[in-house]
Amino acid sequence: MSSTPINQVTGKGVFVPGDDVDTDRIIPARFMKCITFDGLGDYLFYDVRKTELGEDKKHNLNDPRFAEASIIISGNNFGCGSSREHAPQSILRAGYVAVIAGSFAEIFFGNSTNLGVVCAIASDVDRKSITQAIDINPEIEISIDVRNLRICYGKNSVSCEIKPGARESFLSGRYDPLDELLQGADEVSKTAGSLTYMN
Amino acid sequence: MGKSLFEKVWDAHVVRELVNGQSQLLIGTHLIHEVTSPQAFGMLRDKNLQVKYPHRTFATVDHIVPTNESLEPYSDPLAQGMIEELRKNCAENQITFFDTNTGSQGIVHVVGPEQGITQPGTTIACGDSHTATHGAFGAIAFGIGTSQVRDVLATQTIALNKLKVRRINVDGNLLPGVYAKDVVLHIIRILGTQGGTGFAYEYGGTTFDNFTMEERMTVCNMSIEGGARAGYVNPDETTFEYLEGRPYTPSGEDWNAAVEQWKYFASDEDCIYDDIVNIDASEIQPTVTWGITPGQGIGIEESIPKLADAPTQSERDSMSEALEYMKFEGGSPIMGKKIDIAFIGSCTNGRLSDFEEVAKYVKGHKVADSLTAIIVPGSQVVAKIAEAKGLDKIFIEAGFEWRAAGCSMCLAMNPDKLIGDQLCASSSNRNFKGRQGSPTGRTMLMSPLMVAAAAVTGEVSDAREVFGLATAEI
Ligand code: SF4
Repeated sequence: MSSTPINQVTGKGVFVPGDDVDTDRIIPARFMKCITFDGLGDYLFYDVRKTELGEDKKHNLNDPRFAEASIIISGNNFGCGSSREHAPQSILRAGYVAVIAGSFAEIFFGNSTNLGVVCAIASDVDRKSITQAIDINPEIEISIDVRNLRICYGKNSVSCEIKPGARESFLSGRYDPLDELLQGADEVSKTAGSLTYMN
Repeated sequence: MGKSLFEKVWDAHVVRELVNGQSQLLIGTHLIHEVTSPQAFGMLRDKNLQVKYPHRTFATVDHIVPTNESLEPYSDPLAQGMIEELRKNCAENQITFFDTNTGSQGIVHVVGPEQGITQPGTTIACGDSHTATHGAFGAIAFGIGTSQVRDVLATQTIALNKLKVRRINVDGNLLPGVYAKDVVLHIIRILGTQGGTGFAYEYGGTTFDNFTMEERMTVCNMSIEGGARAGYVNPDETTFEYLEGRPYTPSGEDWNAAVEQWKYFASDEDCIYDDIVNIDASEIQPTVTWGITPGQGIGIEESIPKLADAPTQSERDSMSEALEYMKFEGGSPIMGKKIDIAFIGSCTNGRLSDFEEVAKYVKGHKVADSLTAIIVPGSQVVAKIAEAKGLDKIFIEAGFEWRAAGCSMCLAMNPDKLIGDQLCASSSNRNFKGRQGSPTGRTMLMSPLMVAAAAVTGEVSDAREVFGLATAEI
């Protein structure tokens, strides 16, 4: 099952400030008591958005100006912490298709890529100008060009980085690797056969 | 030129190259638990796929099990639903499940090693980021996401980029009152929470040579907190001694053959690392985190850093966010912060030796009236041995609650949680905002003995002073 190739993602942006935005913040563990990922979108950044009484905090994610956003812009080391796929799943299910950050934690990055959530790396300076631009005009269209590694916003464009393996996977529509892994079944048996502890 | 353990294990398990340049890597041992596996089994069902090597997957239940109620149905129906789902998935697919009635249930990273499932020279994956723990045995162990759990179930492989290897040497003797936990908090403090990105950490040096397996596990466990996907220690006699006679280790003739093979996997002396870091063990102090990332740690005698000391604007921002959240003032001493909860347990420090060490010192002390202190064994096996040794009585006598095995207060998926902005002295591995269940709850990471010291005095304290450890000998 090759998925549809992703050459470009386009949408409005929202800025989630801070470095080290960890997976507990993206989806607090108490919302992981579930046996499917359905409904996780409702709890994305729950404690960032809500007070303990469940009231909205003042945050871009609650600001109606950014209600239509589908691209998150954040700091360095985004997605650090646990391996929970609940994190990118909640991002995806809340309607976001991409994250632009200074860097990504590895497991989060891999999980996101498998789901087709584009994680693009942009410099501090470039992210700052993007966030300034959307702050002035939240309607600005941001588009991440996966092939040419550029982020366009309004009339501007800056370069970005998408890890080579992930970029190829998006462009070829093979970001969910399961089919390709299944195709290797014969070689898998061979490798497994050569290892005593597997048998 | 020789090879590192990482390269040898990789080479033995790599199946082929994939179109996008990643490798298809065979996962010899797959560990699963109730939180990250049900969706994977669901995906398998949707695609009509079977579990390929059911005998290489092992399951336990840890995150959601209450540690203070033993009878099902649990008071939380969601928790009950999750354990039942895992039971069903294991039964349907002939997967070994260390269920709560087996006497072997516990935190997945405690169970794997103590059952002898975790072995040198193997690849291990689990839908849990602390899977690096198993690297203590010279395995390459990865935390994976749920789609990858699906991939392992269906194909016994994952798609992965090869990692670089950073050798971290720690040499010399640790000072009295300094533990493996302090070593890893110190490493993360120096190299940062992102320092390990793209790397597997190979821990070595005389300090690691002298460490027990449980100490090695404590360090490998927190590799992910330093950004490293995997962390390991080369297998040696300590490793083999630990493994001999465990339920899932080879026995008889097979044992000797296995040991010979395991020895082969240890890094060659002339192998070339991508990076090397050297640390002097005697520099390491009992370390405590003051902030909201595991890298924000300081020695117990130090003061919390001041904003003005931050070298960059972005560090200043992180610091100010951390200080505000923790309700601490930059420049104030870390010692003396009033604690509400003391928690000893988790896959970092919930093993027998952790409890033995604490028991040795808390005997004759009392937990301060102002706080609640709980001790939670990492597995039913740990609980049983600890109880046979009478450790539970020592703890209860000292005013700790002695609980049943599970993840407990390490994260908020069971009844053990912080309330409001309670401050917790914790032997666990993460101090993220909200990690321990309350969106405003505060966590300070430290060694089990430092938690015990905080429990006894009611505030962050130097365990060496509280328990009269022989600092004078230094
Ligand atoms: S003890 Fe904590 S870190 Fe370890 S597996 Fe359980 S929840 Fe995760």
